[in-house]
Order: sequence, then C-alpha cells, then structure tokens
Amino acid sequence: MTQLLKHFIYSLFESIRDLAPIIGVIAFFQLLVLQQPIPDLAGLLTGTLLVVIGLTLFVHGLKLGLFPIGESIAHDFAHKGSLFWLLVFAFALGFGTTVAEPALIAVADEAAEVAATGGMIENSLESKESYANGLRMTVALSVGFAILIGVLRIIKGWPVQYLIMGGYSGVVIMTGFAPPEIIGIAYDSGGVTTSTITVPLVTALGVGLASSIRGRNPMTDGFGLIAFASLTPMIFVMGYGMVI
Amino acid sequence: MGVITDLLVTLLETVRDVLPIAIILFGFQLVILRKKIANLPQILMGFLLVLLGLAFFLEGLERALFPLGKLMAKQLTAPEFLGITENAGVISNNWAQYFWVYLFAFAIGFSTTIAEPSLIAVAIKANQVSGGAIGTWGLRISVAIGVAVGISLGSYRIVTGTPLHYYIIAGYILVIIQTIYCPKSIIALAYDSGGVTTSTVTVPLVAALGLGLSSNIPGRNPLLDGFGLIAFASLFPIMSVMGYAQLSEWVAHRAKRRQRDDRGE
Repeated sequence: MTQLLKHFIYSLFESIRDLAPIIGVIAFFQLLVLQQPIPDLAGLLTGTLLVVIGLTLFVHGLKLGLFPIGESIAHDFAHKGSLFWLLVFAFALGFGTTVAEPALIAVADEAAEVAATGGMIENSLESKESYANGLRMTVALSVGFAILIGVLRIIKGWPVQYLIMGGYSGVVIMTGFAPPEIIGIAYDSGGVTTSTITVPLVTALGVGLASSIRGRNPMTDGFGLIAFASLTPMIFVMGYGMVI
Repeated sequence: MGVITDLLVTLLETVRDVLPIAIILFGFQLVILRKKIANLPQILMGFLLVLLGLAFFLEGLERALFPLGKLMAKQLTAPEFLGITENAGVISNNWAQYFWVYLFAFAIGFSTTIAEPSLIAVAIKANQVSGGAIGTWGLRISVAIGVAVGISLGSYRIVTGTPLHYYIIAGYILVIIQTIYCPKSIIALAYDSGGVTTSTVTVPLVAALGLGLSSNIPGRNPLLDGFGLIAFASLFPIMSVMGYAQLSEWVAHRAKRRQRDDRGE
C-alpha cells in the first residue's frame, strides 16, 4: 500500500514538472510583459490542480490499459494471419477515431465559414452544414486509409521515407491545383486529426505488429502510422476543395 | 459545487469520444479474433483511469490555462500593444515591433508541447522500444523546440502575409534532405512526432494566437490567414527530431574517434 502511495506521489511530481513550463510562461507574460494582475487566482489554482491530477491518472491508465490492448490486438492479428481483417480493423480504427474528434468538428465548421465567405458555397446554414459534414467525412476517410496503408507497410516492410516523400509530392502537386481558400485548412487538418487517445493506441498497434512479425524491427518499422495519418488528410481535403 | 458538475459533464463528453474507439477495439477482439482478452480487469482499470484522467485534464485546462492563455494572446496582438496605427504598412515590415508576439509564440509552443499527453505516450513507447537509447526527455525537448520554432515562424508568416505553401514546401525539401543523412532508425519516429504534437493543449492556444494576429494586423483576413499555424507546428518537429538524432550520432562518433586517438598515442 505504501509502495503504491509512493508511486502515486512520485508520478504527481512528474506531472507537476511537465506543467511547470506553461505556468512559468503565463506568469512571465502576464506579470512582466503585460503587467497585469492574474484574474481569478482561485479558479486558476483549482484548474491547475485538476490538470495535474488528470495528467497523472492518464499516464497511469496509458500503461495499464491502452498500451497493452493495442499490443495484444496487434499480436492476435499477426497470429490469426488474416490480412483482410487486419486491414479492415486498421481502416475502422482510423475512421472511427477521427469522425467524432472534437477538434476536427471545430475546424470543419470554421472551414465552412471560410468557404461561404469566399463564395465557394452558398452562404446558408444548410449548405454550410453539408460542407462541414462532407469535410469531416473526407478527413475521417483519409485517416482510415492512412492507417490501412501504414499497417500494410509494416507487414511488407516498405521503408517509410519513400511513402512519405510520395505523400509530400502529392501535397505539393495538389497545392498547385486546389483553390487558395482551402490550402490553409487542408494543411492544418493534418495536425488536428490525431487525438490523445488515438495516438497511444495506434503507436502500440504499430509497435506490436512490428514486434510480432519476423524480420521487422519495432523501431524502424513500428513507428510511422501517425505520420501517415497527418499526411493523407492534406491531400484528401485539397481534393475535396477541388471537387466542391 | 460548480466544479463537480462541470467535471461530470466533461467526463460524459470524454466517454462519448472514447466510446467509438472502445466499440471498435472490443468488437474486433470478440467477433473477429474471438479471443479472451488477457488481464481484462487491468485493461478495464486502465481505460477507466484514462477516461478520468482526460476529464480532469480537459476540465482543468478549460478552467485555468485556456482562458488566461487566450486572453494573453488577445492582449499581445491588440493594435494598441503592437502600436499599429492607420498607416501600418511601414510598421509591419519592422519585426522588432512584434518581438513579444514572437517570444510568446515560441514560449507557448514549447511549454504546451512539454505538457502534451500524446507526446508523453509516444516518448514512453520510443524509450521502451529503443531499449533506452532514446531518452524520453531528449525526444520531448527536441519536439518542443521544433514546435516553438514552427509557431514563431508561423506567426512571422501571418505578420508578413507571405503565402503558406512556400514555407511548407521549403520545409518538405529540408525534411527530405535530412532524411538522406539521418540515422535510419529514427526516421519513422521523427515523422510521427510531427503528428502527435498538435493535440489537446497546443491547438486551442495556438489557434487563439493565430486568430488574434490575423484579425488585428491590417490587410490580414482571419478566415484566410488564421489557418496554417498547426501546419507549422507539425512540420518543424520532424526536422528537430532528426536534427537531435544527427547531433547525438555526431557526438557519439566524435567521442569514439577521440578514444581511438588517445589509444593511438
């Protein structure tokens, strides 16, 4: 019991250390640069306490739950030997985790606003909503596709850099043809897709697969899934902007 | 009292976000793989902790850091603070005017990345897989430096109004050149670190900064120029992580050569 308590206190300190830079930056700018008092100090302190507790619990849960399940699923799929179902799983994981992602919903709504102001679509609530939904679907499809390709790469042992360079060329070529209004949104959509739960899960999946398949190195082959998931949305969103 | 109800609401929202993931995971496990999950109680406990942890984390950010951070981004980009007057075209070429904005961009990019939970996750995994060769802090600090440089350069782009794709394409070319010379084992991890950085903590604060800058600087349209900071924040860590690997390889190489020289004498 004391062991557990000691461990918990130790990880609490780790979380405090992780958050110290933000608190320092905010205090420095607020007090020294803007020279203003900190509003609602009590709220700030309770909030920071919540963040510290939350980060501690999350990192703990990561090691207990998300990492083991990601790896065990990868292991089981590798043993089952059914490539088809593994790829279906990869696609479903990418699509399912992205389509409901709150950050993506926010970006899609903003993008619809841009499109309406830029005259790409009608400036009505209905057409904006359908544009935002279409965009969300496009991004979710592209992430599903990315995880699928990434898993296929791990199994086949293709070097990651060739696929990424191919993707970059795709982005550059599409940039030349896509309407200028969509480019900023497209570039940003690559970054917002990967959420706090998806990242550990997908990483564990990749590393688990690479360590269960003979001849694959978990370091060189296991990582890279997230990279695909942040690259394909750019290409797909620019494509969406060209079609609409 | 208010804290507890807010926390419950956030918890429910987190459950809603995690539900599709749980359904996919357990559905495939039970229907396709038809295998019992090893250590099921432990895994469920882990999921519970992740849910609770995220709910506390998000609620705390919403209460403390986001309002203040967003307010500061607004104040730092306010026309009065920047000294923007009617004929602002002259001033906007003077980068010193925006010194505090760039410094804030750098500092906020660095500090939010250090606190980013998904980066902590990837760093733990990379440390495990590499057998300790990649230190969690080495990776996290180099990613954070990458994000910091990226966000500052992205702010500079908004201030000057140069097209986004020039920067991104130039960045790609640099990444490709680095890939050729970089130790092969780090490449996949470096590419990954671009995607993981921009998540729960970084995105809202960086978006506030972009919105503040693009709506206050004359001639910038927030709808067009406000985007793009996230793209910078996901491109630059790729370079900094590869740079970190190249640097540590070079240091190890030099140490080895010196050792050999010493022995030779």
